[in-house]
Amino acid sequence: MEVKEKKAKVAKQGVLKRIAGPVVTAVNLDAHMYDVVKVGKEALMGEVIKIQGDNIIIQVYEDTSGIRPGEPVENTGLSLAVELGPGLLTSIYDGIQRPLAVLVDKMGNFIERGVSAPGLSHTKKWSFKPLVKSGDNVEPGTILGEVQETNIVHRVMLPPNVKAGIVKTIKSGDFTVDETICILNDGREYPMIQRWPVRVPRPVKEKMNPTIPLITGQRILDGLFPIAKGGTAAIPGPFGSGKTVTQQQLAKWSDAEIVVYIGCGERGNEMTEVLTEFPHLEDPKSGKPLMERTVLIANTSNMPVAAREASVYTGITIAEYFRDMGYDVSLMADSTSRWAEAMREISSRLEEMPGEEGYPAYLAARLSEFYERAGLVISLNGARGSVSVIGAVSPPGGDFSEPVTQNTLRIVKVFWALDAKLSQRRHFPAINWLNSYSLYLEALQDYYDKEVSPEWNKLRAWAMEVLQKEAELQEIVQLVGSDALPESEQVTIEVARMIREIFLQQNAYDAVDTFCDMSKQYDMMKAIKLFAEFAYAAQLAGVSPAQIIGVKSKNDLPQIKFIKDYKPELAKIEKQMDAEFNALRSAA
Amino acid sequence: MKEYRTISKIAGPLVFVEKTEPVAYQELVNIVLFDGTIKRGQVLDTSDDLVVVQVFETTTGIGRDSGVRFTGETIKMPVGREMLGRILSGGGKPIDGGPEIVPEKRLDITGAAINPYARGMPADFIQTGISTIDGTNTLVRGQKLPIFSAAGLPHNNVALQIARQAKVPGSTETFAVVFAAMGITKEEANYFMQDFERTGALERAVVFLNLADDPAVERIITPRLALTTAEYLAFELGMHVLVILTDMTNYCEALRQIGAAREEVPGRRGYPGYMYTDLASLYERAGMIKGLKGSVTQIPILTMPGDDITHPIPDLTGYITEGQIVVNRDLHRKGIYPPINVLPSLSRLMNLGIGKGHTREDHKKVSDQMYAGYAEGNDLRGLVAIVGKDALSERDRLLLEFADLFENRFVRQGYDEDRTIEDTLNLGWELLSTLPVEQLTRIDRDLINKYHPKFKTGAMKE
Repeated sequence: MEVKEKKAKVAKQGVLKRIAGPVVTAVNLDAHMYDVVKVGKEALMGEVIKIQGDNIIIQVYEDTSGIRPGEPVENTGLSLAVELGPGLLTSIYDGIQRPLAVLVDKMGNFIERGVSAPGLSHTKKWSFKPLVKSGDNVEPGTILGEVQETNIVHRVMLPPNVKAGIVKTIKSGDFTVDETICILNDGREYPMIQRWPVRVPRPVKEKMNPTIPLITGQRILDGLFPIAKGGTAAIPGPFGSGKTVTQQQLAKWSDAEIVVYIGCGERGNEMTEVLTEFPHLEDPKSGKPLMERTVLIANTSNMPVAAREASVYTGITIAEYFRDMGYDVSLMADSTSRWAEAMREISSRLEEMPGEEGYPAYLAARLSEFYERAGLVISLNGARGSVSVIGAVSPPGGDFSEPVTQNTLRIVKVFWALDAKLSQRRHFPAINWLNSYSLYLEALQDYYDKEVSPEWNKLRAWAMEVLQKEAELQEIVQLVGSDALPESEQVTIEVARMIREIFLQQNAYDAVDTFCDMSKQYDMMKAIKLFAEFAYAAQLAGVSPAQIIGVKSKNDLPQIKFIKDYKPELAKIEKQMDAEFNALRSAA
Repeated sequence: MKEYRTISKIAGPLVFVEKTEPVAYQELVNIVLFDGTIKRGQVLDTSDDLVVVQVFETTTGIGRDSGVRFTGETIKMPVGREMLGRILSGGGKPIDGGPEIVPEKRLDITGAAINPYARGMPADFIQTGISTIDGTNTLVRGQKLPIFSAAGLPHNNVALQIARQAKVPGSTETFAVVFAAMGITKEEANYFMQDFERTGALERAVVFLNLADDPAVERIITPRLALTTAEYLAFELGMHVLVILTDMTNYCEALRQIGAAREEVPGRRGYPGYMYTDLASLYERAGMIKGLKGSVTQIPILTMPGDDITHPIPDLTGYITEGQIVVNRDLHRKGIYPPINVLPSLSRLMNLGIGKGHTREDHKKVSDQMYAGYAEGNDLRGLVAIVGKDALSERDRLLLEFADLFENRFVRQGYDEDRTIEDTLNLGWELLSTLPVEQLTRIDRDLINKYHPKFKTGAMKE
């Protein structure tokens, strides 16, 4: 970093030669790939993306209307970096880490251009408590001290790209992010802030295989297709199938300690919804407002396309930074398709040879580089942290065979397939249980055995089997009607319907049902299994399927979802089911 | 102002000009023909040696001898309070015989993005009087909710009915309407105009007409002029504005035409790769702003080529807008008006504008239950065609009947029938009461006891 800052001083001024949308060409500019430049008289921020002889090609993060050839271009000599330090949490940024609240103050309700705003407040004082003392050896990534940022403790670390050293002075008290808090024996001084180039993954000591599930409180996810802490998942689905609601549910309820939510090329009103809602929602674990653990990045669809391309990197770099402190971070990117389209748009302006469907040939590489930044790691300071990445994909026409979906599926371990058919019948979350999968099941088995119940894995397998069987039976039902099925299979259809309607359907807008912990999930599934056992036994004893389907007490089961203290009610229903089936069996 | 006579190439709507002084990107250009007529255009690409100009009118008459004047500014729109009640061309010139607009302000038509942090949350329920919208796909102030239609369907009537009946219950403010026609026929335009006049809506409307025989490229700016006007009325004058854009399909065709003329690498079906971003720059200009009084609500209309909802135009639109209202040919053939198919329809902001304090506490659950019942009943129709009605179980038979009832009672309504939200929800309960109560799994018991016609307080005593 020191090296780069020296270079910045010798950076030259160039001249604009051509402007065509967000891509401009400059000449007479001394530049390297991905250097950040200031374009035109208004000093719009841009980044060098191609060098061709004397022509330096730049993508500009702001609208370029009104810019003329001949205007100056200045190279800062730095790469696109984010500011990391206390003040990140509860912030809402655009794609290049400009705080949107500050932009409102500086330029009003609309996003004008040419305004720069630092990612962190440089005037606010934070109370810093040292954790090292003079004479201590410190290495890259060592935690120097703590700041109580919100209800989250912000661990201030030595940047990962510097040499080890010995602490000479460490301060304690209230400081801005720029003030020196630590001086090493060799004279190097460090403030709380560090800058990190967004396109470079932050280094770690070791990457490990994930073994703990990210509990999301969503039954179909935790119950059937879990994602591990440090894992990757994709949610592809056509429009209106509930990608955004699912992403927001994950941002709200997943048991990560930090949440980074990237609204990449999506709707402005959706971000407003998040902004208005999050401060009022409580984290089910800590009871504190959810906003206190959240960093939002909002580069809506009508904000500059180049900044949209950068937004994903900005988000993951912030996520990695908190991971290095030893936190479990989950990152939601909604939607990676818009990010891919931003790449396509820039690429076509560069007149690059297109790959599939006009996307650049490096699409697959970019996607895999991004998802590979997820993981459960031992950070440089020895803390265990994780970044889980959940990317929404918006395939054109809902067709999963398109390049972004396909290239994503090759990398991610969990696939939550959204289905327009399900959302049309208001089956939410509209995740198709037959097409979805999770490759973490085996790795997580031990956790479920220990933390939920030794029965859980079997119960899950049973539910999947019933659903699979139902799919086969439905094909016959479509042809001949359900009365033509053998009696035991009519029971199976009923049981599957219960799994779908009681267990899988979940109301994100109901105060209780929006979050369902593992033990309740287990109890609900067990109750359905209990019904199934009663039902098959009764059927063998000669009770007709119509009578079994007519059992009254099971109709109360769905109500369990909406009751917070559900156990007494559930016990009552189970008892009634037992009684009703007993009566049926003795009558038969 | 300097006039250049250095046109080197003319291709479709594009004019290439050589050796100019530095020209700004997106600058407004006037091209002077030999007979003195002036055609307007905009800079698409600028460099030291070549400037590409997109001409908004036909390029007929432009030759290498034509003069090119660069105006030094981007396209600005004169706006003012007086615009209400006026009819303008797709290029923003008055065509109603009235005087020129006296501008109170001149605004850039590109429009800056609303800072997401400054946005107000849309939560005011708009009652359109149409059950399939109010009850199951609720519109709220500041939303963008397109109508997905196809050739030969009565989408215009639906749009007009919304424009006519839209109100926020409990508020006396009416909506100002900004209507932008892009490439529609004179006949269609007349239909809109007559209805506006019949109902007196024209007084509080601004109309932009780019008709089928007007230059296609002009369609690129028509919606931008309309939205600039809408933003002015909403955010500077504090009005609630309803913007109707029709037909977005023609707009996208114009976009493709320019892309092709520029020899760009095409995306899906020949539409430009940046069409998502371009459409977003229009659709995202809906919303509310914290601390300001007005709002911009958008109802874009598009016709799906070949009734195909996966076609790039409806597809990209659906990814940007907050839901869609789908007009359906089968329902139309059955003689049902408005032929809105609720199954693929959706309003993403519905949950913000309904429920206690907005409409009624049972709204969400009644809507979900009707959806579920109709979806299942609709599926059963396929089965009945194979096995006959007699092979159905009692449960399925009731669902099948529910689907028919739903279409005939809930969906069907008159062109001038203005149902209140209470009417709509009560109608919903009435239809749901034909199903066994234990099948209403999506509604909790408290609500059933309160609203179900057979159970609500008083029903027992009768």
